[in-house]
Amino acid sequence: MTRLSTTPTGTPTGTLTGPPAGTPAGTAAIRLIEVTKRFPGTGADAVGRGGGLRLDVAKGSIVALLGPSGCGKTTTLRMINRMIEPTSGRIEIEGRDVTRSPVAELRRGIGYVIQQVGLFPHHTVARNIAAVPSALGWDKDRIATRVRELADLVGLEPSLLDRYPDELSGGQQQRVGVARALAADPPVLLMDEPFGAVDPVVRGRLQDELLGLQSRVQKTIVLVTHDLDEAIKLADRIALLNVGGVLEQYASPDDLLRAPANEFVERFVGGDRSIRRLTLATVADLPFAQGPVVAVETATADDARSAMAAHRSDWFGLTADGVFLGWVPGAALDGAGSLADLPRTVPAAQVAATSTLRAAMEIIMTSDTSVAVVDDGGRFGGVVTLERIRAALAGA
Amino acid sequence: MILAQATNPIIRWEYLRDEWDKVRTALIQHIELTLLAVALGLVVASVLAAIALRYRWTANPITTFTAFVYTIPSVALFGLLVPYTGVSRTTAVIPLVGYTLLILVTSILTGFRSVPPAVRDAAEGMGLSPARRVFTVELPLAVPYIITGIRVATVTTVGLVTVAAIVGEGGLGRLILDGLRRTFWTPMTVGASLSIILALVLDLSLWGLGRALTPWTRRGGPQRAATR
Repeated sequence: MTRLSTTPTGTPTGTLTGPPAGTPAGTAAIRLIEVTKRFPGTGADAVGRGGGLRLDVAKGSIVALLGPSGCGKTTTLRMINRMIEPTSGRIEIEGRDVTRSPVAELRRGIGYVIQQVGLFPHHTVARNIAAVPSALGWDKDRIATRVRELADLVGLEPSLLDRYPDELSGGQQQRVGVARALAADPPVLLMDEPFGAVDPVVRGRLQDELLGLQSRVQKTIVLVTHDLDEAIKLADRIALLNVGGVLEQYASPDDLLRAPANEFVERFVGGDRSIRRLTLATVADLPFAQGPVVAVETATADDARSAMAAHRSDWFGLTADGVFLGWVPGAALDGAGSLADLPRTVPAAQVAATSTLRAAMEIIMTSDTSVAVVDDGGRFGGVVTLERIRAALAGA
Repeated sequence: MILAQATNPIIRWEYLRDEWDKVRTALIQHIELTLLAVALGLVVASVLAAIALRYRWTANPITTFTAFVYTIPSVALFGLLVPYTGVSRTTAVIPLVGYTLLILVTSILTGFRSVPPAVRDAAEGMGLSPARRVFTVELPLAVPYIITGIRVATVTTVGLVTVAAIVGEGGLGRLILDGLRRTFWTPMTVGASLSIILALVLDLSLWGLGRALTPWTRRGGPQRAATR
């Protein structure tokens, strides 16, 4: 699940450039067409100032509406389920104008998650989750089955189903909110700062859970956030809005960070955008080097010395039957007999291919060696060096 | 006076035995008038509150009007109606209903306004119909406030019913009036005591009803659970 752009063949290119990830054009699940909103008594459009807002959200993707306060991101979101009616323009969901269906019917087909969750305090968790199915007139058994299914999907203990919302922690409440939104299996999910009210640790976990959930349910999700990191982490594409609901850039997180379209975007994403990109790319996206690594079965001390010399390194790595054993300081070679007896660093500086570049960099920074890339079974794949990471970021 | 006190004690228990039918009739009438007034008051207040919630600009005039009714001295109001509705139950009930309105309308409005905006937003956003939102979400959440209003209105009405004795109704009030006219303490004591007891019993029953209707308010939150 890399969020790094690669070439169409999927081979790592050593740069973070390439066509934006996402579904092919023409399968927009949600389409905003020259939408504007002007609130009565205000002199300017809150959304779509200067020509209207155009936005296509690909089916099954997560799009983050990102921007400073007053950029109309929440207003834009709320126009999709007609909590707010546009002043002009058109909004389509799966090709159908949202104003063509009765508003309650439209909303029952769109999951809605808000920051304050808004659980019904007088209903048990199970009844909260069942709100939309009940309104749709599902029978009791079907509702009960669905509620258990959803509790499992969002990671809620079944014992919590009989509790009232006030008896739950903030994180648990937010999970109930997501389960409630998914209850009638709507194709579209709208989320307004869904994780804004929980502490950073829980937020991170809920974000991970959302990504895990999304890989299973494949909804079309529009998410409002003011948090760049959240948008980078969750979104397939980010719509960066300026005050007045003006779309400044609509691109994949990597493209947004790599190539800001204008000064506003550049200022918004900040001077540390290269650092942020490190969280987007995984080690697997880099070309690996062999590094000063030798096989313990065949190599001699001289082989190790020449490997170190070739890589201008004071360290060398050992593998046994393809499995990475660890790094050995070159000084340990003097007077030693078998390579297998040499002292190795514990824990060895190594990362999984699925780790982020940021994680790899963290390990490089805190060890004396390069980082070995290993797979699930510990098999050695190559090494990642600081230089390779730098080159990948600069390659843009 | 000493002699009067000796022959006119606070209560003569024989009275309760000899005049039991009279006392019982008065008590039943008192209960009927109270329940009727509060029930009608709740109907009228619900309509007024619904209007005030639906058309916000009417909220102020409506509460001002009910507050104005509340300020009219009760004796005067009962008397004022006699030329129109005669000495009848109607004459007694109209002011009693009127006096419940301020408390009931205010408590209904407070109850509905106490519904958290996020709850309202979520209910609307998930596509619940307006009727479903009102009856399954907003009304239940307003119940604790409304019950409190009904309790105050009921206790107040129990007291006011005694005043309705001046227009020939008034339940226990008639015993009190009777005692006053005859300077005979016993009916006054009986009437006043039963009125107080009735108020307490009704208040307690409504409190119990309120608890039964709002089970979610009794469970401890996560904080309380943690300290246990």
